[in-house]
Amino acid sequence: MKEIELQSQPDLLHDGEVPSDVRTEELVLNMGPQHPSTHGVLRVILQTDGELVLKATPYIGYLHRSAEKIAEKVTYRQFTPYTDRLDYLAAMNNNLGFALAVEKLGGIEVPPRADYLRVIFAELNRIASHLMATGSYGLDMGAFTPLIYCFREREWIMDLFEAACGARLTYSYITIGGVREDLPEGWIQKCREFLDYFEPKIAEYNNLLSYNHIFINRTGNVGICPAELAVAYGLTGPCLRGSGLAWDLRKATPYCRYNEFEFDISVGRGQNGTLGDCWDRYFVRILEMVQSVRIVRQALDKLTDGPVQAKVPRIVKLPAGEVYYEVENPRGQLGFHLVSDGGTSPYRLKIRGPSFCNLSVLPVLAPNCLLADISALLGSIDIVMGEVDR
Amino acid sequence: MTPSEIIEVLREHDAEAVVSAVADGPYPHVVLKAEEIVTAAGFLKSEPRLRFDLLRCISAIDWPAKNSIELAYDLISTSLAHAFAIKVVLDRANPQVESVGGIWPAAQWHEREAFDLMGVTFLYHPDLRRILMPEDWTGHPLRKDYQDVVEYKGLKFNP
Repeated sequence: MKEIELQSQPDLLHDGEVPSDVRTEELVLNMGPQHPSTHGVLRVILQTDGELVLKATPYIGYLHRSAEKIAEKVTYRQFTPYTDRLDYLAAMNNNLGFALAVEKLGGIEVPPRADYLRVIFAELNRIASHLMATGSYGLDMGAFTPLIYCFREREWIMDLFEAACGARLTYSYITIGGVREDLPEGWIQKCREFLDYFEPKIAEYNNLLSYNHIFINRTGNVGICPAELAVAYGLTGPCLRGSGLAWDLRKATPYCRYNEFEFDISVGRGQNGTLGDCWDRYFVRILEMVQSVRIVRQALDKLTDGPVQAKVPRIVKLPAGEVYYEVENPRGQLGFHLVSDGGTSPYRLKIRGPSFCNLSVLPVLAPNCLLADISALLGSIDIVMGEVDR
Repeated sequence: MTPSEIIEVLREHDAEAVVSAVADGPYPHVVLKAEEIVTAAGFLKSEPRLRFDLLRCISAIDWPAKNSIELAYDLISTSLAHAFAIKVVLDRANPQVESVGGIWPAAQWHEREAFDLMGVTFLYHPDLRRILMPEDWTGHPLRKDYQDVVEYKGLKFNP
């Protein structure tokens, strides 16, 4: 058996000539759909030459649940729970986007208390979502400990949400016309306690992960996305701000009284590599958590008494027409293109998931990365497949 | 710029291309001639007064009653912070339009989605394949007259 193998390479054995350099061969690797660092059921076909990635082609659709088709069969209120399941790490923000789109088309005014409550819950959910993103990014890079620390704080936010609406992941709390119910007694106090506890913890994450030498080596100068490229591919949220462009819908086209709050747009500065690398995208999320704490504090101070629901009929009927509404989600701009024919359910509802657009830049950034950098790149884009595939 | 000013700029550029315009209401937009979409897209992106650099979304809307499929391109400018939308109306039997992926690369995946779920063909698209549904799927699920598949690769679905 061995002899046959040797005979298959006669040149090397008998001619005495060894090739001057090692010949490498292109290898096609299949990453996913089940892979720990694809954050869900994403499949990427990688063409590699040794350790170098030549081409990456994402294949999506494994989590397609036809949310847009379902929307045409249910009433407006019935669709709110489906929005929970788009970006399931930021369900409050999804609820908010859908509610605002319906309210805009229907001309529904929301009472001030509901507006502030929406801001509080959207920002708390942003913190929870960023905790998940940064924690699991550490996990992708081989650091297990930060995930546990992030989950410790995220748990507290989940408890706050559970106290307010009974659910820990899929809330359906922000509904058309306001929020579902008022806060339970003592909730505001608990929320303030959380903010006081949470703010110093951010320094802990920085010591554990952000300024860790190995982490910086893995993420700095990797997957560099210049601002022009980011805008061209429709990247939004931390992926766009990580490239140094201060673009945030909460500032540019404020909704829900965001114009009343003082906060800064966090951008990448390239201090640990090049502007727009993986580390910048990661660090923008850490900085945004600080800003979200600021916003929640201000919103708690401004919280007025009053109703939390506008008078909206149980079966919402919208006038014929259309609207496109976008909100700033933790992962970028979530948009709803809502077309109504005057009936009780949407005629057409197109959902623009921020992760869908953010992922589309992967084939551009991946070439000439090392194989191990693909998970660094994917983690820094921070996709949620529920929103990519809808 | 306000929507009516944007419409004015577009009319100034090429009055023939603008079929109709809506300046008020929740969704200000213009309807353009389908064959002018790429020229108009280039103008919308490069004109210093408009600078629509971020293509947010392409939505395809099926109207069997009007025998047409509408494409809505939602735009926003990151430098001037104004938003607008353009639309084209396509023939439902043979929906075809040129791809705007050369102007906004973000369009490529949105166009693949419109091709997959609504059956719109984008000419000169570099990689027009299905994106969400399996490649051997038949039909375009978001069409209003789509018939549910009863069997796929030996799997039977109950209605």
